[in-house]
Amino acid sequence: MIDKNSTTILSVQGLRASINGTEILKGIDLTVKSGEIHAIMGLNGSGKSTFAKVLAGHSAYEITGGSVQFEGKNLLELPPEERARAGLFLAFQYPIEIPGVANTQFLRLAYNTVQGQRGKEELDPLEFDDFVREKMKLLDMKPDFLDRSVNEGFSGGEKKRNEILQMALLEPKLSILDETDSGLDIDALKIVANGVNQIANPSNATILVTHYQRLLDYIVPDFVHVMQAGRIVMTGGKELALELETRGYDWISANKQSVAGVVA
Amino acid sequence: MNGIAHTNYLECLLKSWSTKPTESLSWLGQLRARAIDRVSTQRLPTKRDEEWRFTDISSLVDLPFQPSQPDSNLQVQDIEHLCVKEVKNRLVFVDGHYSPQLSTVIDSTALVIGNLPTFLSTHASTLESHLGQYAKFDNNVFTALNTAFLRDGALIWIPKNAVIVEPIHLLFIATQNEVTSYPRCLLVGEPGSNVTLIEDYVALQQGAYITNSVTEISLAANAHAKHIRIQRESTQAFHLANCAVSLAHASNYQSTSITLGSQISRYNLDVRLTDEAAECTIDGLTLIADRQLADTHTCIDHLKPNGTSRQQHKCIVDDAAHAVFNGKIMVRPHAQHTNSSQSSRNLLLSKTAQVDTKPQLEIFADDVKCAHGATVGQLDQEEIFYLESRGLSEIAARNLLTYAFGAEIISRIPVTSLRQQLERTVLSQTQSN
Repeated sequence: MIDKNSTTILSVQGLRASINGTEILKGIDLTVKSGEIHAIMGLNGSGKSTFAKVLAGHSAYEITGGSVQFEGKNLLELPPEERARAGLFLAFQYPIEIPGVANTQFLRLAYNTVQGQRGKEELDPLEFDDFVREKMKLLDMKPDFLDRSVNEGFSGGEKKRNEILQMALLEPKLSILDETDSGLDIDALKIVANGVNQIANPSNATILVTHYQRLLDYIVPDFVHVMQAGRIVMTGGKELALELETRGYDWISANKQSVAGVVA
Repeated sequence: MNGIAHTNYLECLLKSWSTKPTESLSWLGQLRARAIDRVSTQRLPTKRDEEWRFTDISSLVDLPFQPSQPDSNLQVQDIEHLCVKEVKNRLVFVDGHYSPQLSTVIDSTALVIGNLPTFLSTHASTLESHLGQYAKFDNNVFTALNTAFLRDGALIWIPKNAVIVEPIHLLFIATQNEVTSYPRCLLVGEPGSNVTLIEDYVALQQGAYITNSVTEISLAANAHAKHIRIQRESTQAFHLANCAVSLAHASNYQSTSITLGSQISRYNLDVRLTDEAAECTIDGLTLIADRQLADTHTCIDHLKPNGTSRQQHKCIVDDAAHAVFNGKIMVRPHAQHTNSSQSSRNLLLSKTAQVDTKPQLEIFADDVKCAHGATVGQLDQEEIFYLESRGLSEIAARNLLTYAFGAEIISRIPVTSLRQQLERTVLSQTQSN
């Protein structure tokens, strides 16, 4: 929700990034305030997933210009784990599998690492078990989920639910969901969206990176941004997503001069 | 290296055979005599032999260690830490010699278990029809030597349809230096039987010695066996081992072999699927460091239709250690509808670590499904990033992924306390700071 008493969580100015010498992000400006849900839409190759990974600190990308402030800190100076501990969370498009490590071990390790850094109490396996089972109800997950190896043999929907479960455990200030809707059937999509909606509150913020409007039927954004060739070329409200759905991305190319910058 | 030195080495070993093989049991005497004969016509393999091109055992020539003599004052409390709590029947061999006082055989009605010589008169025909029938020594000098020196050994015979729930533990303990021991095992699973066998090589001290072991496993129709093999010898030892497995109709063999010890080790595992619908699962983990060399050669031979084999071999190699994997899959002309997969994954933890991996598929049937793959390298950057994005430091992420790489194989060991013990070993050997 947009709230006049909100504080700025993320401020991106003129961000440029390249990989192997090829520039992918060509000057991105974006401000995200507490309580807000932003959607970043665009075709494959527009740079939206790169933007998500750059914010999380992926080392393959070189920052060639611009600045990013996260809760008043210079985000670009921080290694990825410190960004996570500071409250930034990226839900992966393709979560990795870690055969040999039980999901519950991994979840507790991540939780305790972040808790420790925040000066809060760590949980032993029994305490954690109670805590995580409570959070799993949000996402309608079966208990055997905890004993299986991390993401190994999980369906697409289970992997995405596991990402949202981590988000629920780590309680980030800013969650970035990279194509979380891809590969989900409608039931899984509803469950995931419901989880995200329950985690969203007036003091945190969410960025949804998505190709399709479908997810936005269930998680209603305050702002919709359209990316093209490494830039945000258009920003609007939730109705912009519907417009895109009916008119296609080609319509943007033709109209970006006149419509861009409607909403700050 | 030259042939003369090798011949002398083998002669030297054979001369140590002070007493002539007992002639009272002609078939066993003949088996040993044939083996001795074959030793004298062979030489030690060198790196010029294709099967040994990555593994230099020339330093063996300087170690013509005599067979060990029984000389053990070990008490049960000395080996308590080596015992596996799920086990009821345990056979202990000290430097290759059976130790009745350290062994516990509780269940001798449901199966036949004990030291080979005990059964020479009572189970002569069973022994004769199996012993030396799977592990061929015509072209294998180490199997020939083991057979020539055959004296003590583990015999496990599971009767028809018997299901042995508790795992059986074969514990081979090295206590003497500068000796060679010749462990021998024979497992016979009659039709429909089911057993879990732990074959465990340990040392009670650091030192140089040689283990030359041979294991033979025969599974009749619909028999199941899980075979867990743990090689945790002294890191100055030589370990040369051959295991031959014969699978009858719809039998099922699952092997998990863990290689941790020895200066130089070589494990040959040969599995023959001799009848239709046999299945095998072959998993291996090699975890070595310093200047260790560990060589695993496997051959899965599909002779008849509808067989299934799945193999996953992993190596974690640190420091200047060297791991070798050669995995041959044979699919013979009649073995239609064979389903086979093989994966060799290798993790190098230092710039001087080395891996040689060679998947080798020889397929002579035209309607089969065979997949194989091999990777050698470092940890995946995307995996590290994933963990970092959850708050783990780079070191913590690397440690977790390295542990997980090994733990995936360990997790398949069906004996809980042993699995947990090995998980701790993997954890302690994969963590840096």
